[in-house]
Amino acid sequence: MTRPPRRAGTKAASSGYYVTTGALAILFLFPLLWSGWSSVRTPHGFSLQNYTDMFHYRDGIGTYLINSIAVTSMTVAGTLVVSVLGGYAFGRFRFPGRNALFLATLAILMVPYPTILIPLYVLLGDLGLQNSLVGLSAVLVMFQLPFATFMMRNSFEAVPQELEDCAQVDGCGTFGALRRVLIHAVRPAVVTVGLFAFLAAWNEFFAALILLNSSDKFTLPVAAVAMEGRTFGSIDYPTMQAGVVFMALPCLVLFLFLQRSYVRGFMAGALRG
Amino acid sequence: MSLSTLKEPSAVEDARPRRPLLTIRRRRAAQGLGYAAPTAAVVSVFFLAPLVLVVWMSLNHWPLLGNPTLSFPTNYTDIGDNTLFRGAVWFTLRYTVVMTVVLFSVAFGLALLVQNRRRGVGFLRTAFFLPAAVGFATASLLFLGLLSNEIGPVNPLLTHLGIISRPVSWISGSPNTALGSTVALVTWRFAGFNMLILLTGLQAIPVELYEAARMDGANRVQILRRITVPLMRPTIALVLIMMITGSLLAFDQFYILTGGGPDNSTTSVVMVIVREAFVRFNLGSAAAISVAVLGVLVALNVVQLSILRRRSR
Repeated sequence: MTRPPRRAGTKAASSGYYVTTGALAILFLFPLLWSGWSSVRTPHGFSLQNYTDMFHYRDGIGTYLINSIAVTSMTVAGTLVVSVLGGYAFGRFRFPGRNALFLATLAILMVPYPTILIPLYVLLGDLGLQNSLVGLSAVLVMFQLPFATFMMRNSFEAVPQELEDCAQVDGCGTFGALRRVLIHAVRPAVVTVGLFAFLAAWNEFFAALILLNSSDKFTLPVAAVAMEGRTFGSIDYPTMQAGVVFMALPCLVLFLFLQRSYVRGFMAGALRG
Repeated sequence: MSLSTLKEPSAVEDARPRRPLLTIRRRRAAQGLGYAAPTAAVVSVFFLAPLVLVVWMSLNHWPLLGNPTLSFPTNYTDIGDNTLFRGAVWFTLRYTVVMTVVLFSVAFGLALLVQNRRRGVGFLRTAFFLPAAVGFATASLLFLGLLSNEIGPVNPLLTHLGIISRPVSWISGSPNTALGSTVALVTWRFAGFNMLILLTGLQAIPVELYEAARMDGANRVQILRRITVPLMRPTIALVLIMMITGSLLAFDQFYILTGGGPDNSTTSVVMVIVREAFVRFNLGSAAAISVAVLGVLVALNVVQLSILRRRSR
């Protein structure tokens, strides 16, 4: 990009810019760095003692970790299956009820969390899914659907018709065309949808708090908050910061690796308005 | 799925003369329905059914355990008498105003700072955005330690700089510091997220417009007021709708950071709903408040969207 010729005083303005933005960047990164630092600090210097304490919290965090991994994998898999098939249907087929279903899916965005979670608590009980990781995952899939379906529909719409025709000439049915050809054409959207579902499920607090009610079913965020207790003064802060790092690290790493996919999802979401 | 029985009988009868084409079309419609079936199932079971159920629940006395009994309109008339709820409404509105103003100013400021390509801007964008990659509950626990007296660096730092003379109990000391702590947390966690959305709007403005304005001798403030803000109206409206909705529905930050305290001064509307349901075991009352909140939010969205539509023409 070509820039206009520089005026006098630009150098001072430029260093002012870097001082300001640099200070802001430190301000935004500081809490993350502090959390990492305080998680390895003990009264006797630096060690991994806080992490050992965290891993052995109560009966060990193994249960919560497994629960979190289970909910996250089921949510990501469920979101991908439902939204890829749905996006395929909305993007490339005409069928009765198509617009109504698409609008109903987007309407999920309009409804506040508690409005839907209070009746879901009762409904899941009737379905035999009370206090169940499967039930929680199904609900999280539902919350992901507006974004995921929207994203997948747009990607399937953008695939050239010739590609689908070629697959059909080669003797593929519609499902064969999806599995052998189209899924590769929409791979970027699949990565984006999967990443969003991962971050949402791994970090979900409110739905998990309401739908899970025995500690053997808790996911990591719910267990970590339960560990906080509500008795001030008795919080084990260093152990908690170890937990914060443990929960945040996968998200930060994944985000840094998949930044491009994340921003792509963002553009799609922002253009919706 | 019962949806697959939805056929068009009239089309079948007209089909005779041109059967192949219409048969293909009908087959594709059936296939489309098949692929959409999982979406239809999830949306109807986990979204539409609960939506109907919540209205039905709000018309009943619905204890957490035991059988519901019809008692319209007790749940709704009780809302007005609930003093905790009235306090929560007032607090939530105040919080929404403060939060939206602070968060929007910071996010817009950051977006303006990183809109042009220059050395280091990629790093800055990532730095501002990184907190958004951390879960909100995780971020709340992080701030619980960061602002604490026990291990937090904030009090020592401010004492060292001479800004405060003795440690302040930020989270639980007073209603104002509790609100301030929450605003700091939410700003840290969401400013970069909103910055990125605003950035997509900023970058859609043609560079030529800025150049023309500069030729005409417009200064920075004039350019911001006359070009940037008007052309970004749709993006700004989207960001504001999301901030206002998010603030009205605030829960995690108060539940985890302040616990609604001190003295219920930071108890939000959604916290009252959860308390009605799972502390006072009154699901009917929680459902009634939820329905009221839904009504307010839908009305608000309609108003905001119609303002947006009118202005963007």
